[in-house]
Amino acid sequence: MTASPMVNRLLIGLLALLAFVPLYAQWAGEPFLITFLSRVLIFALAALSLNIILGFGGLVSFGHALYLGLGAYSVGLLAHYQIDNGWLQLLVTVASCAVVGLLTGWVSLRTTGISFIMITLAFAQMFYYLFVSLKQYGGDDGLSISLKSDFGFIHLGSPITLYYAAFALVALVLWWKQRMIQAPFGLVLQGCRMNEARMKSLGFPTLRYKLSAYVLACVIAGLAGLLYANLTGYTSPAYLNWTISGELIVMVVLGGMGTVAGPLIGTLVLLVCEELLKAWTSHWPIILGPLIVLVVMTARRGLVGYLMRGKSSP
Amino acid sequence: MKASPIKSAVLACMLGLGSLGVYAQSQPLKIGFIGTLSGPAGALGQDQYDGLMLGIEHLGGRLGNQTVQVIKEDDQLKPDLGVEIAKKLIERDRVNIITGVTFSNVMMAIHKPITDAGVFLIGSNAGPTPITGKGCSPMYFSTSWNNDSLHESMGVYAREQGYKRVYLMAPNYQAGKDALSGFKGQYKGKPLDEVYTTVNQPDYSAEIAQLQAAKPDAVYVFYPGGMGVNFVKQYQQAGLLGKVPLLSASTVDGTTLPALKDIAVGVITGSPYSPDLDNPQNKKFVEDFRKKYNRVPSLYAAQSYDAAMLLNSALLKTSGKIDREPLRAALKQADFRSVAGPFRFNNNQFPIRNFYRVDVGRDGSGQAAFVTRTTVLKDHPDPHASQCPMK
Amino acid sequence: MTLSLFLIQLLNGLQLGVLLFMLSAGLTLVFGIMNFVNLAHGCMYMMGAYFAATALAASGSFIVAAVVAVLGGGLLGIVIERLMAQHLYMRDHLDQVLATFGLILFFNELARWIWGASPVFMSVPPALSGTVSILGVTYPMYRFFIILVGLLCAVGCWLLISRTRVGMLIRAGSVNPTMVSALGVNIGLLNALIFSLGGALAGVAGLMSGPILSVQPGMGEPVLILVMIVIVIGGIGSIQGAFYAALMVGLIDTAGRAFLPMLLREFIDRSIAQAAGPAIASMLTCIFMATVLALRPRGLFPVKNG
Repeated sequence: MTASPMVNRLLIGLLALLAFVPLYAQWAGEPFLITFLSRVLIFALAALSLNIILGFGGLVSFGHALYLGLGAYSVGLLAHYQIDNGWLQLLVTVASCAVVGLLTGWVSLRTTGISFIMITLAFAQMFYYLFVSLKQYGGDDGLSISLKSDFGFIHLGSPITLYYAAFALVALVLWWKQRMIQAPFGLVLQGCRMNEARMKSLGFPTLRYKLSAYVLACVIAGLAGLLYANLTGYTSPAYLNWTISGELIVMVVLGGMGTVAGPLIGTLVLLVCEELLKAWTSHWPIILGPLIVLVVMTARRGLVGYLMRGKSSP
Repeated sequence: MKASPIKSAVLACMLGLGSLGVYAQSQPLKIGFIGTLSGPAGALGQDQYDGLMLGIEHLGGRLGNQTVQVIKEDDQLKPDLGVEIAKKLIERDRVNIITGVTFSNVMMAIHKPITDAGVFLIGSNAGPTPITGKGCSPMYFSTSWNNDSLHESMGVYAREQGYKRVYLMAPNYQAGKDALSGFKGQYKGKPLDEVYTTVNQPDYSAEIAQLQAAKPDAVYVFYPGGMGVNFVKQYQQAGLLGKVPLLSASTVDGTTLPALKDIAVGVITGSPYSPDLDNPQNKKFVEDFRKKYNRVPSLYAAQSYDAAMLLNSALLKTSGKIDREPLRAALKQADFRSVAGPFRFNNNQFPIRNFYRVDVGRDGSGQAAFVTRTTVLKDHPDPHASQCPMK
Repeated sequence: MTLSLFLIQLLNGLQLGVLLFMLSAGLTLVFGIMNFVNLAHGCMYMMGAYFAATALAASGSFIVAAVVAVLGGGLLGIVIERLMAQHLYMRDHLDQVLATFGLILFFNELARWIWGASPVFMSVPPALSGTVSILGVTYPMYRFFIILVGLLCAVGCWLLISRTRVGMLIRAGSVNPTMVSALGVNIGLLNALIFSLGGALAGVAGLMSGPILSVQPGMGEPVLILVMIVIVIGGIGSIQGAFYAALMVGLIDTAGRAFLPMLLREFIDRSIAQAAGPAIASMLTCIFMATVLALRPRGLFPVKNG
């Protein structure tokens, strides 16, 4: 499914706008805007990673927050031992997410449908309870992170640097996905979602493709976790909770599954709406809930679907 | 499709709207309140907020003769959200002081960002050990207690009562473990057993059956919020409540007693506060709280009310100025009357205060109510103050 | 570890099991027949508990509370089905997840707004507040009552499904919904009925849980996960599967919490056992589910497709 030129234009416009946010925030004296949108970008990154397997691969992972947590704890645990070398933290993040992703993926991908959902959920919950029981690393209270990641030429302690790091990764992943959906890897993946039996009969080793996509998604989510730990200066088992996994799914589906721009738009709209509604009334879920239901009932493919109404899509 | 530019515009507007902040125009003193106001534990944060607002109302809407504006934020018991809203309060709303904070995990997340930003943090509930000892900060004051000390009072009580076979239960998270270690520290004996249950576990029938089989002579639990309601109900239904003394802290409190009523009669709690404490400021506080909010205040409300009084006393001394050192010195004096009895600050800026044995009994009209029996710990400092480098 | 303790834990497991059954029966039917993932099922349970608590406080009669809970749950089911669910049957499961997630937000806040954030009081009816002697052990009478009611519901469901015309349609619908509709059955009415049946059962579960658990906003979500595990293990669409799976999960969860810490202490250091015990007990049901799925990916009693 190719994105329509209009959506592409919107996406580029949005990215341009986001790129200028720190400059605007400095000029207007609104540093909170940077904090808020950094969070949006980090969650968008996690949602984009989920979209790889969920939107394109059709694999509903209800345990994706696990990798967000692994990334955050990579930073947290190393910082706890006074190691603030960003490259080392990056290495630990990628390695741990890849290994855990490989193992859980290898087990989970043997199942389909609701079984896959439940098994991914189970794995995430197991790690959640594991981190809760580690009292020496804060357990349920979490771990405070005073040393931010130092990459030598950039230091994630600076809010603006962190913002642009998140922005760069989001842009990179978006660009990559745009290319991927038309490349052999992406086409096979989408083929697996539509009809795996047919793909197998065509000779594709579907498990290998799905596993590769899965591990890639896990690693990218880990990167989001690394950034998030730097943003909040904190990590905790709460980052692995199934409610976070659920929120990620909401962001992807709201924006439009299987679309390139969907996760970014979904995350942005959801978090901004939440923020605006919260300022208005403390009973904001009563408004947001039905709003979400309305979007689902009227839009075939989430918010991006609204924009693409009239264009055909397979 | 023509809707596209409109969508872009709407999105841009949303971004723009996000930057509309509340600027400090005239000089009302801005106070940020962060608490857990939603979810199963929402009642605690709500009590803290209501206590704070009643305090400000009693002072004529002012603290230290300054008009105040309180900005309320809900952390939803999510520590990362807590950091976000702390930053929002500091960066966008430009608050001078932040107060509240219900849960320890949120406190652990926001303590450093707030104190590093040079904003005073008056904690009125959570008191995790790391910020009591080594991680103490001159910008942080507590009107509540260190998590350990809340449970020490029952440990002392159990020891004094001569219980030999004490069975311990708590949820399996940091506050639960701190609770039992605080108890054990003062009990100084070997408990019969120490059982940790899953957080927010609704059904304790399995654990209660194990407990019964172990035949303890007393039971100590820490189950805040809904967990406490569940546990006490089920303990009573198993026929244990009259037979084996149930000692607790923060389990049956002002927020959970209404859900238990007569079921909880007989439970023994250790608490720094009780609505029936006999001093004039408490009588006024309880009476007005009941009139205004239609419920009896809990210790969370009392601690928050004290926070308002504390701020008032300090700001009166500095004539409303919030310069760091003078305000800190003024706060440290704690020149106010706490509704919970004697109150002064230790070197780590945590209170030295009494802890009482408060039973669930009946009041004049026969309703289940808190009845203070004895003062178990008098002028009690927390055990970690010596690790704090501040003087 | 004595025989009486073992028996008590057995009864506890049974009691948890029947409660889980009441919740999973409705959910598995909705999922199996209408192919609809209803995350808002926990909300119907919560609302049932709230309705019951309010009715009990107002009337003082447990029977009135029961009627209100059942009718309220059933009505809620119909409303959700007609207003929202019926438009989403043909949609992707994830759209259904998203929509019902929106409902969860709505209902939890509604409960908080109407009844407040504090837990609401609901007492055990005085007639049931003693203990009974079963198999030589004393057991809380109310919990025993829950077991009885749960088993009654199970029998009722079985009778409905296997002995009535409606039940026959439900069974047919779970195997081949299109065919049923093609045969001229008013599928809309059938769907609404199934949803309301699920809602009524959830209402009963809420009513029964109210006196022993805390009635508060968000009480549905912790149970929801366990219920989803039950229906996956039992096999989607199968009430029989839901029954056996619910009992198994109830027993395993209870046994895990009761015996695992004790067991671990025999082998490893006490303090580690104290930390690991609850963690592993929590994971036990997940591990059980993973094992079942590894051996039988479609659950223990999959509905056979014709």
